[in-house]
Amino acid sequence: MAVDTAVPTAVDRSVDMSVDLAGALLPSPMMTASGCAANGPELARLFDLTELGAFVTKSVMAEPRSGRGTPRMSETPSGMLNSIGLQGPGISAFVEKDLAWLDRAGARALVSIAGNTSGEFADVAAALRASDAFGCVVGVEVNISCPNVANRGLVFACDPLASAKVVALVREQLPRDVPIFAKLTPDVTDIVSVAQACVKAGASGLTMINTLLGMVIDTDRLRPQVAGVTGGLSGPAVRPVAVRAVWQTRAAMLEGRLPVVPIIGVGGVRTGRDALELVAAGASAVQVGTATFNDPTAPVRVGRELAQLLRDKGFERLTDAVGVAHGRVAR
Amino acid sequence: MSHTDTRRTTVGGGGVVQVTGELIATRRAGAYHHLTFVAPGLAELARPGQFVALSVGGPTSANLLRRCFSIHKVSPSGTYGGTVDVVVAAHGAGTQWLTALRAHDEVDIVGPLGRPFPLPKEPLACVLVGGGYGSAPLFWLAEALRERGCHVEMVLGAATEARLFGVVEARRFADGVTVTTDDGSTGTRGWVSDVLPDVLRRTGAAVVYGCGPMGMLRSVTQVAAAEGAVAQVAVEESMACGVGVCMTCVMPVAGKDGVTRMVRSCVEGPVFRGDRVRWDAFADGVCRVPADAVGAPRESGH
Repeated sequence: MAVDTAVPTAVDRSVDMSVDLAGALLPSPMMTASGCAANGPELARLFDLTELGAFVTKSVMAEPRSGRGTPRMSETPSGMLNSIGLQGPGISAFVEKDLAWLDRAGARALVSIAGNTSGEFADVAAALRASDAFGCVVGVEVNISCPNVANRGLVFACDPLASAKVVALVREQLPRDVPIFAKLTPDVTDIVSVAQACVKAGASGLTMINTLLGMVIDTDRLRPQVAGVTGGLSGPAVRPVAVRAVWQTRAAMLEGRLPVVPIIGVGGVRTGRDALELVAAGASAVQVGTATFNDPTAPVRVGRELAQLLRDKGFERLTDAVGVAHGRVAR
Repeated sequence: MSHTDTRRTTVGGGGVVQVTGELIATRRAGAYHHLTFVAPGLAELARPGQFVALSVGGPTSANLLRRCFSIHKVSPSGTYGGTVDVVVAAHGAGTQWLTALRAHDEVDIVGPLGRPFPLPKEPLACVLVGGGYGSAPLFWLAEALRERGCHVEMVLGAATEARLFGVVEARRFADGVTVTTDDGSTGTRGWVSDVLPDVLRRTGAAVVYGCGPMGMLRSVTQVAAAEGAVAQVAVEESMACGVGVCMTCVMPVAGKDGVTRMVRSCVEGPVFRGDRVRWDAFADGVCRVPADAVGAPRESGH
């Protein structure tokens, strides 16, 4: 493989960073992560949202939700624990205000949806499809793995059957050319079996990982730190878990145990190097979540760093690097 | 009172910069540290009441969350270019890192953030109340108010003399200064709310501006209401990002329509009208969602 380390930087050839995510053609693999970027205007103050492959919105449910009380977060080593409780405006206000704004801004939206029941997921998907701004939607991410729900760790994505039911109902509500991505939790014994159920039910791709269920004790008051008691752990601390989940799922595809579908990697990405780990493990696109709190321009900065790294390593196309580590396991 | 022109800049309209700030001065100020950074482009945009979000620990830091500080002052065109000053209390890993910085060290700064203190159009009497280093943003607010012809008095309170900030500056920026300490080490023994009614009556103040701990802001709001003044309070909520994306700094605030919503103090605040904040939701270090808030949890919970 050609390695052009002799070339300094600047004006040599650029890497083709475009990706085809189950029919969604995106100029970049970089995305925000749901719940880490609000719904657009906040970060648009700091970078051009169209530089992203897609802007991933905060999970929206059928009705407005206040979310939980505070404290809602605790800083942890190289990460954080959060217990927001899916605060949101509800799908009607979301499509009228937030999605319409993203549409006007020229952004490509990957809309994250959630529900307390599988029927609610379907209702939200139907309302989304019926909205005037649906044209900017490049895909739908089905959040079946948020730990901040009433039944806590027992999310849909812990059960292959429950996951399949949600995905199938959402699939029915959306046009076939709109890909849907099931967002999975790593808090399961066998993530591949959940992925199999989702793909069989009609998921066009997989997003992994959501946060891990965690807990912090306030040692001054000797009580749980966040008002919701437990919360979702995210940040660089969980990145190896994300790499592992992407690796296992991609391996199952290579072994023929799972149909080949695109994987969106997410979990603890802070630099281009981190993104390259997920890509090499099998991710076709990469979301940047908690790192955005540290550096609000991280989603686009990481993309530039990733492109530079790929070029340094001699890749002409991002897609050539997807899953490349599977062929390089030391024997 | 109107400041819609400044509010519009916070969401969707730019008005925010991210800069590498070079520390050019750091000094102790009682129990606190006063830091001055060169932050090109930020000073020109900032208004009293806004804040900055600093990253801590450098590019590979294990402390990812931004630390937010109200802007103590700005100088758009100093010797080094525009500068921004903040006051830091070193009580955790991130703030200790900041206070251990030396001249010429660099910190990533995002700002100015949040809605500033609204300024009255008329030359009214105003009282500015600061608890501990919560007084930090009040001096350039006093300056802006006096430029408009307002009579400005300040009330500064803290647990002890060392925990007061800016008493000397206050005498320069305000027409009158009252100091309280819990232990009586200087000024009147007691809380700011003990002396505030008299100050309001004597000055006939129409507006009370407050910045400090939540408990103090609540009493400032109550005293203002009792004396017929409007309270504008800058809240201290713990924030992870400062820019409106993490949803951790929310608090229940009633809108103009009277309806309570969980709003982000970083973009819809940090300055709120005191009588719109649902102080009844705060107790024992937590803030609960009022049952009448939009989207509040039903019996089944979230």
